[in-house]
Amino acid sequence: MRTIKFHPCGNFKEHYEQEISIFETDFGRLWMWIGLLCLFGVLPFISGEYFLYVLNMIGIAAIAALGLNILIGFTGQISLGHGAFFGVGAYAGAILATRLGMPFWLSVPAAGLVTALVGMVFGIPSGRLKGLYLTIATLAGQFIIEYILVHWESLTQGTMGITLPAATLLGMEITSDRAFFMVIYACLAGITLVTVNLMRTRFGRAFIAIRDNDRAAEGMGIPIFPYKLLSFAISSFYAGFAGALWAFYSISITTEPFNLSLSVEYIAMVIIGGLGSIPGAIFGAVFITGLNEVLRFVTDMFMQMGLSTSFGLNMAALREFAFGLAIVLFILFEPKGLAEVWRIIRSNFRLWPFSY
Amino acid sequence: MDFFLQLLVNGLSVGLLYGLSAMGFVMVFKSSSVLNFAHGELLAIGAFLFLVLSTWARLPIPAAFLMTLAGCFVLGFLVERIFLRPLIGEQLIFVIMLTVGLAAIFKGLLLFVFGGNLHTYPVFLPEGLALHLGAIYVPPVYVASSLTGIIFLVLFGLFFKFSPQGIFMRSVADNQRAALSLGVHVKKVFALSWAIAALVAGMSGIVLGIINGISVHEISAIGLKVFPVVILGGLDSIGGAIIGGIIIGLLEAFTGGYISPSLRDVVPYIVLVFILLIKPYGLFGLVEIERV
Repeated sequence: MRTIKFHPCGNFKEHYEQEISIFETDFGRLWMWIGLLCLFGVLPFISGEYFLYVLNMIGIAAIAALGLNILIGFTGQISLGHGAFFGVGAYAGAILATRLGMPFWLSVPAAGLVTALVGMVFGIPSGRLKGLYLTIATLAGQFIIEYILVHWESLTQGTMGITLPAATLLGMEITSDRAFFMVIYACLAGITLVTVNLMRTRFGRAFIAIRDNDRAAEGMGIPIFPYKLLSFAISSFYAGFAGALWAFYSISITTEPFNLSLSVEYIAMVIIGGLGSIPGAIFGAVFITGLNEVLRFVTDMFMQMGLSTSFGLNMAALREFAFGLAIVLFILFEPKGLAEVWRIIRSNFRLWPFSY
Repeated sequence: MDFFLQLLVNGLSVGLLYGLSAMGFVMVFKSSSVLNFAHGELLAIGAFLFLVLSTWARLPIPAAFLMTLAGCFVLGFLVERIFLRPLIGEQLIFVIMLTVGLAAIFKGLLLFVFGGNLHTYPVFLPEGLALHLGAIYVPPVYVASSLTGIIFLVLFGLFFKFSPQGIFMRSVADNQRAALSLGVHVKKVFALSWAIAALVAGMSGIVLGIINGISVHEISAIGLKVFPVVILGGLDSIGGAIIGGIIIGLLEAFTGGYISPSLRDVVPYIVLVFILLIKPYGLFGLVEIERV
């Protein structure tokens, strides 16, 4: 019988396996199960329609943000095209479901694969470029994909948009917010597990090596270009997966939402959450989606208070302002993001009252 | 043939504007290697400041112009001091995202104060500036903007070549550490280059405003067009920015005229990808060879 693990009062690790174990203590595992139980057993049944909607949006954003964090936080390749990849996923899911009649459970991962291919195409410049040149290349990718989505009308129906059939899974129709909650969060939990484990494999370690010093990584025998492409593919797969989920959830899609500001929003999630941290991506998704909803709420409130509509319109500008301010303040004061805040809070509790 | 010539003139004049807009961007990049995503908003701030001073405060045009430039200079200085300085030596992504955040802040503020509508300046350029080249009419604004563009280009060329501050800026751009050890006040150079860049951006913003009218969305969109322009010209070459701007402008005009108007806006980015793959340092940029 194994003994229960507690926090040791020092670093007593003797094996590499201990270093890469997911849970340092058995309490961590226990908390995870409690958390999952609350997430699936309690939360969807006590929250109202609107709150469920917000939670679903957070779940979808978290999947995409996890993908972007693999690319930016772990591989160090800054991409400004994630919003466009999300759009590619949404359209791929919609087209597969309407044209080819694929069922929901198949079309979402298939959309992810399609997006992964597109992501690899737009990752090709990373073979020659790095740093800000690559960032600019992905910016170009964003505009090119946006253009294709709008103008390839025979496939995407241009600005008219596509209406999706209702999602069915195991013979059940998934239409209510609660059913979608279950699906989205099951996917998120699965994907988080995959991501955590991916980062413990040789692939994850190669990504981190490339981020920290690409030339040294090459010297150690990591073929940089294939790994960078792989990172682009994985990250776009996540974006496409999330995009397809989003398309089924919102039933009809148009090209409008997948613009540069969506890409910026995803980068903001990754930065505010914490670069190179898996819980960070989820924190960031919660923060940014929550911020969006709070700001929308405030805007609506001002609109309803009988203030003139022009003032109400200007409030929409304040949303942009608050969003920018959040990014800037986080970068200036807590560049490691919410994950670091969370770590500090936790270790304060753990070490209290002798936190030094 | 007339169509061709008209497209040529349109492309040249739009391209000149792109070039002018890109000058400030290049200046920031040259001295501090910051990719400024807020450049479009700096242009817009210049344009709106001039609007406020010239039409709302009813100052005479030259005074308003000078005060706008002074205001932009101070703004650029403050932006560097408050936001960019804490990030010296930080990772690239933080610097990029900071300017993205700044762009959102500025854009939000401008939209809040001025709304998203189109504003226009009163007409103040004399009609005598207009040029008639055969069948083609060049409006006075384009003549004035070309003149200001050339004047600024020459002034900055001289400034970088001969003035001590300009030489400091070039030395910092070339090698920060070496400049620091030779006694160059690197932080002062950063502040100054942001201030000058904001000044140039303000000037370009005014010219843009005179030609297209001033709307926050339009001008900040031009801030993104700057990227293909500077990549084509070379990220750290001011003359390259102008030439890159003209090439991109011509490309846009001819694509819009001969192929498809909807392709017009995306063609600079397609070109951008190819340039990045073939000649990433642009036509006139400094080549730092580092293969990955």
